Amino acid sequence: MASPTVELKLTAKDFKSDQEVRWCPGCGDYSILAAMQRFMPELGIPREKTVFISGIGCSSRFPYYMNTYGMHSIHGRAPAIATGLSASRPDLSVWVVTGDGDALSIGGNHLIHALRRNVNLKILLFNNRIYGLTKGQYSPTSELGKITKSTPAGSADSPFNPLSLALGAEATFVARTIDSDAKHLQSVLRAAAQHEGSAFVEIYQNCNIFNDGAFELIKDPSTRDDHLIRLEQGKPITFGSEQQFSVVHPAGGFGLSVRDSAALDGEFPVVHDATVDDPAYAFALSRLSGSDLATTPIGVFRDVKRPTYDQILQKQLADAKAEAAGTPEEMLDALLNAADTWTIM
Amino acid sequence: MAAGAKRVEQLDRVVIRFAGDSGDGMQLTGDRFTSETAQLGNDISTLPNFPAEIRAPAGTLPGVSSFQVHFADYDILTPGDAPNVLVAMNPAALKANLSDLPPGADLIVNTDEFTKRNLAKVGYATSPLEDGSLDGYAVHPVALTSMTVGALSDHGVSKKDAERAKNMFALGLVCWMYSRPYESTLRFLERKFAKRPDLVAANKAAFQAGWNFGETTEDFAVRYEIKPAKMHPGTYRNITGNQALALGLVAAGVRSKLPVFLGAYPITPASDILHELSKHKRFGITTMQAEDEIAAIGAALGAAYGGALGVTTTSGPGVALKGETISLAIALELPLVIVDVQRAGPSTGMPTKTEQADLNMALYGRHGEAPLAVIAPKSPSDCFHAAIEAARIALTYRTPVILLSDNYVANGSEPWLLPSPSELPDLTVPFTTAPNSEDGRFLPYLRDPETMARPWAIPGTPGLEHRIGGLEKADKTGDISYDPANHEFMVRTRAARIEAIEVPDIDVEDADENARVLVLGWGSTYGPIGAACRALRQRGLPIAQAHLRHLAPLPANLGEVLKAYEKVIIPEMNLGQLAHVIRAKYLVDAVPFNQISGLPFTAATLESMLEDVVKNG
Repeated sequence: MASPTVELKLTAKDFKSDQEVRWCPGCGDYSILAAMQRFMPELGIPREKTVFISGIGCSSRFPYYMNTYGMHSIHGRAPAIATGLSASRPDLSVWVVTGDGDALSIGGNHLIHALRRNVNLKILLFNNRIYGLTKGQYSPTSELGKITKSTPAGSADSPFNPLSLALGAEATFVARTIDSDAKHLQSVLRAAAQHEGSAFVEIYQNCNIFNDGAFELIKDPSTRDDHLIRLEQGKPITFGSEQQFSVVHPAGGFGLSVRDSAALDGEFPVVHDATVDDPAYAFALSRLSGSDLATTPIGVFRDVKRPTYDQILQKQLADAKAEAAGTPEEMLDALLNAADTWTIM
Repeated sequence: MAAGAKRVEQLDRVVIRFAGDSGDGMQLTGDRFTSETAQLGNDISTLPNFPAEIRAPAGTLPGVSSFQVHFADYDILTPGDAPNVLVAMNPAALKANLSDLPPGADLIVNTDEFTKRNLAKVGYATSPLEDGSLDGYAVHPVALTSMTVGALSDHGVSKKDAERAKNMFALGLVCWMYSRPYESTLRFLERKFAKRPDLVAANKAAFQAGWNFGETTEDFAVRYEIKPAKMHPGTYRNITGNQALALGLVAAGVRSKLPVFLGAYPITPASDILHELSKHKRFGITTMQAEDEIAAIGAALGAAYGGALGVTTTSGPGVALKGETISLAIALELPLVIVDVQRAGPSTGMPTKTEQADLNMALYGRHGEAPLAVIAPKSPSDCFHAAIEAARIALTYRTPVILLSDNYVANGSEPWLLPSPSELPDLTVPFTTAPNSEDGRFLPYLRDPETMARPWAIPGTPGLEHRIGGLEKADKTGDISYDPANHEFMVRTRAARIEAIEVPDIDVEDADENARVLVLGWGSTYGPIGAACRALRQRGLPIAQAHLRHLAPLPANLGEVLKAYEKVIIPEMNLGQLAHVIRAKYLVDAVPFNQISGLPFTAATLESMLEDVVKNG
């Protein structure tokens, strides 16, 4: 990112717009919004250089509440619109706010292509595993067999693992966090903001109306420690109330497995390194968690460097312009004449 | 290549059609002939006709590709109805094109390809070269392939490469027949095969052999000359509609001083605009080949939001996919140019054939009351000016504009009098940089009283941070609003602001000023309608012609014009879409005349229809 950082004295209040926030009382979106407003000042990016672009869904109301530039667009298309903005305006900090239906159903194509291009976008996917705005149909992240208004006999389709999908598209930054853990949320947002290129952040978000308690297992203090795996760069991956579990790479296996730390039998906990270039490692991490959340890693899975789409396009423009001579009108005149021409007197 | 001693006849116009297999290089041959003819100062008009299949099975009817060029010593409006000369590279090309050939026409046939097997492929039981079925034509049997191979025997190129040069032999022969200059073709061959000097030499030799064959063989007794046409003084080039449209977008960027951002997904027949624009990055033009049609327009809209001239180019199926984003652009009131190079539909239809059947979609094809501006170019070179006009409307009035080109103008070509860039319209529009209300607030939907456009305040502008979106907005503030009265006001305002776009009055061509019948057209039918009207007037039958460039909003004087004539005829390559609009809006008993064959009208078709109307009412 051509960093628009300057010395600014902004506070959370500066990022609050004058619009009344209209999510349902108790919605997880409130805490994400508050965390974002508290976190934004520390980036040192002027408000006018920050743009939030969203699609459709509960989460997509987000831009209205941020006192920055913003666009509430159409269902699924935010990554495409943001790509055009980011590619043509590298001076801006462009954020996409989306949900599980918006990003993974109707907008799945745009999401994977933004990630493979490595457009300089920060994509926040609020995953509540349900359609909220349309009042409670199952989503592409709902667990198989989910009983909802549109699936009274249970859903027949298996869910996406959003992180696996993003890693399949070789996203350069992939992370997961939780709406209720403000500190962790902010640390992940900070890492995402500092990443040059596409940053994909899945935020588990509770819909207290249509899918309440979806992530309770990893939120409830009495259960979370035995199911939540906090990834920390350079540290061995262990978890549990007494660190009684370890994540290991079994000999001869492709992926990662969870073991009882007391019975490792020659195996060692994997030391987390988000900068591993091969996405297979982060992909293996992403496969530890399923619909049941029994072993759910959070934190930064992958953070690698690759030229961004924006940089490549801007370089092509700069190189072409460097070779150009004359005023734009003179160049146009030359272009119009760049063919077999003839003159009539 | 000195001129021979053969008899030279003067002609005022000629139509030549080159026809062969998709792999025979007929488009290139036609292009070269056109370029040479243009440089001679003849007026020209061309029509390529090719299958959607890149290489259909060789020698079959679906694989036939042709290129027709009409040139004259006066100004012409169409690529010509019927060829005077057909070059048929194989039996399939003969069979596919013979019915268009008037009796007495010259027919140059590559006899080498008239084998039993090739004849059988297209259902000829006997060879038409021998069974007398071509007796009504001036047939010139030429062993094109073997003579080319013979001429190149010393060139050290493979037999395959030698055979492939047969189109240059044919070109050389036809260039001799019509006394064309050839220097530009020789230069072209040097550029095209720059990395293969052997092929440069071989193709030049094939061209020369064809030319020499014309000069020496008894079969071609006459050479023809067509004097230059009287055209406006100035510098010309030959140009296709797609090229002109792309250059018009470059010019719009230059004249608006804005970076152009093109989002596009490859689709026939619009892809050439993407190809052309991708070459002009030095003008600050970004082209993005998006993952789909929706992303293409989405990215263009995102760029427009950021202060670029956003453009997306596509054909009908793509416009269908873009509909929701166009509606968003209408709600956001941002400038956006949507180019629809129409092709025959519905669905995949006939991707390489022309039609005007997307007018309804352009005018109405969106959810909600979603008005926008629609314009259409009337000829290949007019695509340049139409693109600039589309950008002017989009930028001035902050609205999406649909530019309705079609396959006929997109791939057809004509001479173009090059404009001077500094004389093109000034398209600069100011971004808003300061609060616009008396209380010091920024109101994103407070309109300019003259244009009814809302301010264009782009991200990065301090103090004007605001949010926009697809939800209904309150007048002035742009805040979300479900207020019934506000919605009614905003719907009516969006309609009114499109209606208020200033467009030029429509001109009527009524040379005798006593016509009772008016022909009203739009888009690419201008040429054939104009040619038909001209022919009628020459025969003393008065007729008036008016042509619409602006389809939304319509010119202010159109109602008056329509009511001045007893009869209004509207020829269209659809089932009467403009006619419906005219009848509904003006309560005029306009009569549609429709052709939906994937081919443009011929002037003769329109002439005979109009003659009947003029004479019999």
